[in-house]
Amino acid sequence: MELWQLSARETRDAIARKETSAREAARSCLDRIAAIDGEVNAFLETTEEIAMAAAAETDERLAAGEPARALEGVPIAIKDNMCMVGAKTTCASKMLREWRPPYDATAVERVRAAGAVPIGKTNLDEFAMGSSTENSAFGPTLNPWDTTRAAGGSSGGSAAAVASGMAPLALGSDTGGSIRLPAAFCGIVGAKPTYGRVSRYGLVAFASSLDQIGPFARDVSDAALLAGAICGHDPRDSTSSASPVPDLAAAAGGKTLEGVRVGVPREYVSEGLDELVEARVRAAVAVLKDAGAKVVEVSLPHTEYAIAAYYVIATAEASSNLSRYDGVHYGHRTQNADDIIGLYSRTRDEGFGDEVKRRIMLGTYALSAGYYDAYYLRALKVRHAIRRDFDRVFDAGVDAVVGPTTPTVAFKLGEKMSDPLSMYLMDIFTISINLAALPAISVPCGRGEDGMPVGVQFISPAFEEAKLFAVASAYEAASGFAAERPPLWDA
Amino acid sequence: MAIGCDDVAHIARLSRLRLSEEEMETFTGQLARIVEYFDKLRELDVGGEEPMMHAAEGALLRDDTPRPTLPRSKALENAPSSGDGFFRVPPVIE
Repeated sequence: MELWQLSARETRDAIARKETSAREAARSCLDRIAAIDGEVNAFLETTEEIAMAAAAETDERLAAGEPARALEGVPIAIKDNMCMVGAKTTCASKMLREWRPPYDATAVERVRAAGAVPIGKTNLDEFAMGSSTENSAFGPTLNPWDTTRAAGGSSGGSAAAVASGMAPLALGSDTGGSIRLPAAFCGIVGAKPTYGRVSRYGLVAFASSLDQIGPFARDVSDAALLAGAICGHDPRDSTSSASPVPDLAAAAGGKTLEGVRVGVPREYVSEGLDELVEARVRAAVAVLKDAGAKVVEVSLPHTEYAIAAYYVIATAEASSNLSRYDGVHYGHRTQNADDIIGLYSRTRDEGFGDEVKRRIMLGTYALSAGYYDAYYLRALKVRHAIRRDFDRVFDAGVDAVVGPTTPTVAFKLGEKMSDPLSMYLMDIFTISINLAALPAISVPCGRGEDGMPVGVQFISPAFEEAKLFAVASAYEAASGFAAERPPLWDA
Repeated sequence: MAIGCDDVAHIARLSRLRLSEEEMETFTGQLARIVEYFDKLRELDVGGEEPMMHAAEGALLRDDTPRPTLPRSKALENAPSSGDGFFRVPPVIE
């Protein structure tokens, strides 16, 4: 068995028991990346020096008799919209293609403080805007299950890296589904904690009221372990919650669903939902029932308005956040500016890709004089209605809402690129959760069309990640899909 | 509300994006379609609903005491053009 094949917990424990070293574990993943990333394009940059220095530190600490920390010696991949000193943070954009941040993101600081070994920065849709990683300025990331298909997005690089064994853990970010969708497409576990659980300090901002960092792993326990390391109040992020973080790794040890009430929204079965995806999710619900859960039908009546509300709000926030890219402080600057306005406009035209430009313009439109009330304000009210749909369901005693993560399996590269709206509709099941600021997780639940992975999504009340990981973990144990690997695994 | 070429030109100006003729044309079509989809939101009666800007619980304030922050040299590290401790730009005021 190769070291890169081990789970995060197995890696940490093997290193702690001196059966192997952090240096060897890092080397195994770095070699794996060198061997197969040419086919996948998950990584924009590998950080060998940083990795070997972190690994050496782990090996020295353990040799000196220090106890192993939560992620001691575990290789981790970081989505390239999170700042890490010593590497570039490009956001997969020409605008930041050479940018080297002067500080670490809090989430990066925390995983390093827990002993994790950063091995590289992963590919994403430019500025996290997309659902396929085809909007990267540096080429798409391919799905390890079928390299003619997209890995999903926007955290496609992180998902593909974990699915194909290039790293046992990865960090992603999720604004409308950008962790959960690629997790479902790549057959792994991906979670988005409650908004406010993980500091956004050092995460390049896309939509500030929606962005949240979260874990990718090959099983629920590893995901919970990583979530536990990054959750917690940070005074540097004013939206960071002071709500105490329970022991998530312990919560994920739960195996029983006795007494757990699971809600299935009637609105989820709709036109765009693929038959096989629906079948796998129904089968997942049956597994939950057999394992002792009480299944009830629930209603989330505003589901069909979520995408419209999201694309008004997220683009409005993005238009504001991306106004900082002006050729003045960092990043790309045009060589062709005659005056200050020309400096801004040409820099931004040259530095941004099409999807980013589209979203900036949509957001500017929605906020502009004459349209603010009709679009932005209205969308914020619909957002509240969506949140209250979930509040009603949870107040009635449901522990977790369950449904498909995505309406289809991973689509072929290029399939959705000519019609931006068709790409937006892929977020139908994930997007409400960001608007409502709730925690959610995608777990593999079998295969759909052409053998591609399908994900089932669990959603819990705000700040109830312990419940979320317990239910997801019990489902995983009862279903047996955690062990499935893509063909590329044996390459 | 249908969106036309003039609207897109106006929005591009507000967004400080210098678009080519070709981009203007492609984007007009794509944006029109998306904005039409936004009109779905008008189907709803949201009269009684409060706008939900974010989930954070109230404004979090701290004392107005200075704390160490990014040193000037680091802040200028990535500047495309700088001098005398400033970011250098074309004239802003004529």
